[in-house]
Amino acid sequence: MSVAGSGHAPGIARRRVQPATWAWLAVFAALVFLVAAPVARLLVSSIQDTETGAFTWHNYAIAYGPARNYAALGTSLLYAAEVTVVSAIFAVPIAWGVARTDMPAKSLIRALILGAFITPPYLGAIGWILLAGPNAGWLNQAWMALTGAPHGLVDIYSFGGLVLVTALYAFPYIFVFTADALERVSSEMEEAARILGSGTLRTILRVTLPLVTPAILGGAIVVFLDTVALFGTPAIIALPARIKVMTLVLWEFFEFPVRAEAAAAYAVPLILITVALFAAQRAILGRRGYVALTGKGGSRAELRLGAWRWAMFGYGLLVVGLAVILPFAALAQAAFSHAWGRGFSWDNLTLGNFRYLLFTDPAARLTIIHSFVYSAATAFIAVALALAIAYIVSRRLTRRTGILTALCMAPLVIPGIVLAIGFYAAWAPPPLALYGTAALLVLGYTARFLPIAYTSCMASLRSLNPEMEEAVRILGGSQLRAIGSVVVPLLKTSLVGTWLLVFIPATRELSTAIFLVGAKTRVISVMMLDLSENGSFETLAALGFFLLGVTVVIVLAGYKLLGRDFMLRRS
Amino acid sequence: MSKLQPDAGRSRLALNGISCVYGAFTAVDGLNLEIVPGEFVSLLGPSGCGKTTTLRMIAGFIRPTAGTITMDGEVISAPGAALPPERRQMSMIFQSYAIWPNMTVAENVAFGLKLRHLGREAIRAKVTEMLETVKLGALADRYPAELSGGQQQRVALARAMVIQPRVLLLDEPLSNLDANLREEMRFEIRRLHDAFHFTTVYVTHDQGEAMVTSDRIAVMNAGRIEQVDPPYLLYTRPRTRFVAGFIGRTNFMNGACGAQHVTFDRFALPRAMFADGGAGLHGDVTFSVRPQSIALHRAPAAAMRFGCLVAGRLLERAFLGETWDYVVAPEDSLLRLKVAALPFQVFEVGETVWLEFDPEQMAPIARDVSV
Ligand SMILES: Nc1ncnc2c1ncn2[C@@H]1O[C@H](COP(=O)(O)OP(=O)(O)OP(=O)(O)O)[C@@H](O)[C@H]1O
Ligand SMILES: [Mg+2]
Repeated sequence: MSVAGSGHAPGIARRRVQPATWAWLAVFAALVFLVAAPVARLLVSSIQDTETGAFTWHNYAIAYGPARNYAALGTSLLYAAEVTVVSAIFAVPIAWGVARTDMPAKSLIRALILGAFITPPYLGAIGWILLAGPNAGWLNQAWMALTGAPHGLVDIYSFGGLVLVTALYAFPYIFVFTADALERVSSEMEEAARILGSGTLRTILRVTLPLVTPAILGGAIVVFLDTVALFGTPAIIALPARIKVMTLVLWEFFEFPVRAEAAAAYAVPLILITVALFAAQRAILGRRGYVALTGKGGSRAELRLGAWRWAMFGYGLLVVGLAVILPFAALAQAAFSHAWGRGFSWDNLTLGNFRYLLFTDPAARLTIIHSFVYSAATAFIAVALALAIAYIVSRRLTRRTGILTALCMAPLVIPGIVLAIGFYAAWAPPPLALYGTAALLVLGYTARFLPIAYTSCMASLRSLNPEMEEAVRILGGSQLRAIGSVVVPLLKTSLVGTWLLVFIPATRELSTAIFLVGAKTRVISVMMLDLSENGSFETLAALGFFLLGVTVVIVLAGYKLLGRDFMLRRS
Repeated sequence: MSKLQPDAGRSRLALNGISCVYGAFTAVDGLNLEIVPGEFVSLLGPSGCGKTTTLRMIAGFIRPTAGTITMDGEVISAPGAALPPERRQMSMIFQSYAIWPNMTVAENVAFGLKLRHLGREAIRAKVTEMLETVKLGALADRYPAELSGGQQQRVALARAMVIQPRVLLLDEPLSNLDANLREEMRFEIRRLHDAFHFTTVYVTHDQGEAMVTSDRIAVMNAGRIEQVDPPYLLYTRPRTRFVAGFIGRTNFMNGACGAQHVTFDRFALPRAMFADGGAGLHGDVTFSVRPQSIALHRAPAAAMRFGCLVAGRLLERAFLGETWDYVVAPEDSLLRLKVAALPFQVFEVGETVWLEFDPEQMAPIARDVSV
């Protein structure tokens, strides 16, 4: 009974190319454009002669020839290592206090740590310039006023200052990982040790801490990787302090004359470091930490600290004070001042900085609009693409879905600044000649945030029973119909959530923007960097507050929207 | 009910030697099954025997790796190509119900009709009528999250039946319900089938469910069909050891067929008294003997067929409420027979009893299938 020749079944003649295959090809092409081509271009141009296109190691010689470029590699690693250690010192005790003790005001501390989390690091760095700039900074002013000393106490433009300021906005990663793990450790584990005669401190050090070590290490590696690839804080603090880190050297290659191929060569080790550490993180967290085994089932009793609970609280307050309260107080003062150095007085108070940004200066207003429009466009494209890919992968519509996942997640292991350079090298010059267009920026952002969108879409699709879609098909609807009538409506909530997850970091993204902006496509983050170079801290602070304010409003609106929908779908 | 009465909707379905192989593992192995228009057939078997896989091949979600599926003579599935599910005009009820939570009950039921481009009025009329039929008329505007499990089940039934499918497929539709509701819904499903007569394939691993609902049951084991028969025959005339053991409780007795007698361990029964006068019994045969088909007596009485009486000793007993469960060993025999007796037939452990066999009810089974 052969199908082809039977003539009985007109509907089942074999189609040459299935629609699913077309979909695969489309998303694959998009991923090649967004991820594979830029990385390939970067690698190729690092070993190519610019004139002849012949193979050469010359670019590496240029990149790593000068001793100071070579030294910057070491400085970057030292910088990242110190930031990691300081972050852990900030994060681990607070995580323990919040998760396992009767420390007071836990939710306040948590909220303020979340505040540190959503603060763009470069904005925090500006706040610290206002606080601890040599002599003029508020802390130094106070010190000199109190002691009559001729010089300030602290200088933010130093290696130590750089490390501190970076760690203050990086430690939330370790905090989140550690607190989550500590919440899973059942206190029965600790009680078991106590019953065997172990003292409280001994129990903490010998039982609790080892149990969450994988989580701490996992968070630490994220901090390390983030710091190595960080551009904003070094640009604001290390540059004036004449400290050279890798990201600043990369940036120098883009000053006139632009030597993108040398930048490419310089960036390659950065990719290798990232890939290696990422693999290490996978190995550490993937070993199904002892913690995961205990699950959330066990009971958790809070450890009573007695008077020590106030010491614990004091430490938490100190850290969030340094990260959020002090810098934001300084920024607020600047944002509402004619000149921040003149201090607190009625005649110094003004709304002029906001007026200038929003109404007086058309260029500033345009920049603000750009930021939000580009970020929204990025979020739409990233969510649509990620949803398509996640759908193909999770529903196994085609073979060879592994390559889609790999390409989609690759930007996670490529430092943002490197991806941006690759993007620049691939698409700024002809044939596409996207240099200076909004498209270059939006697509660069899209590539950068694709892993976030993909992970989130994948999680929501996993939670959706495929039988929902099969029910559409058996009743006579096509696969597309199933997506339109069932998948998208049911995932609406999580798609809005995913959109926000991309939109919010996109509004403040700096390291991608710095390489891809053109004269007519300036965005807020780049404008802030320029303002800081000019020393216009008042305008800058106002801009920062405006950005944060809009972010908070959008997040709240999103929650509200999601909340209503949650009500509808109680189950 | 008139509008929903199917006219040409009942289809003949045939599975011709279909297989489904995953890598080195054969989930379904050369299955043959023919279902006549309007028939209700269950696929019954233990977990992992390939029931869902078979059903999903019929629905078109999986392609067979060998064999074909035809509907009214047209090939709809073959290894090279398959009609996509949306063009088969079938319906399926999923184990999870797969009710769309973003649509109201009425919208769920109307969905298939909308895809068929019916007029608004026609859709409304059909949906209302169908919801009345499954007793959900009052809940038309509720969202699925606001329904009980049984009500969701009815929505799934209504949604699947309202389009008057050529074939209706159900995959363990009752397994998520509690015991009482499950009992009730069995009869509901049979009632709806009696009303509409869709050609139906019903997957379950619960024999009670299959017995109540089905015209015929196909018992599956390890990717194969062992026997297809009406429930009554399946119980009284199992043809394989697996079927005899899977449907109800049974005793297996090995016998040797002679000219006059069938000889068991230390006793023999007259051959002529077996079904069909013992025709077709040759050599060594295993019989499946239901515990209910053996009677117990204190002493032989005149009315009994003497050829079928065997003395034995009662070894164990358990009272289950509706029956006594006895274990009896025929005299000098190594056989251990389960015997069911009514509550008032009380015997003591160690007592000597008389077993009365009814050879008519002893079903010979194929020896070659699973030992
Ligand atoms: N995609 C797959 N890949 C590999 N093996 C599979 C796949 N799907 C099913 N199987 C195997 O095929 C066999 C039959 O699966 P199927 O789902 O048809 O069982 P079932 O009879 O419906 O069982 P249950 O009563 O538990 O639902 C199982 O052993 C299962 O492990
Ligand atoms: Mg199944």
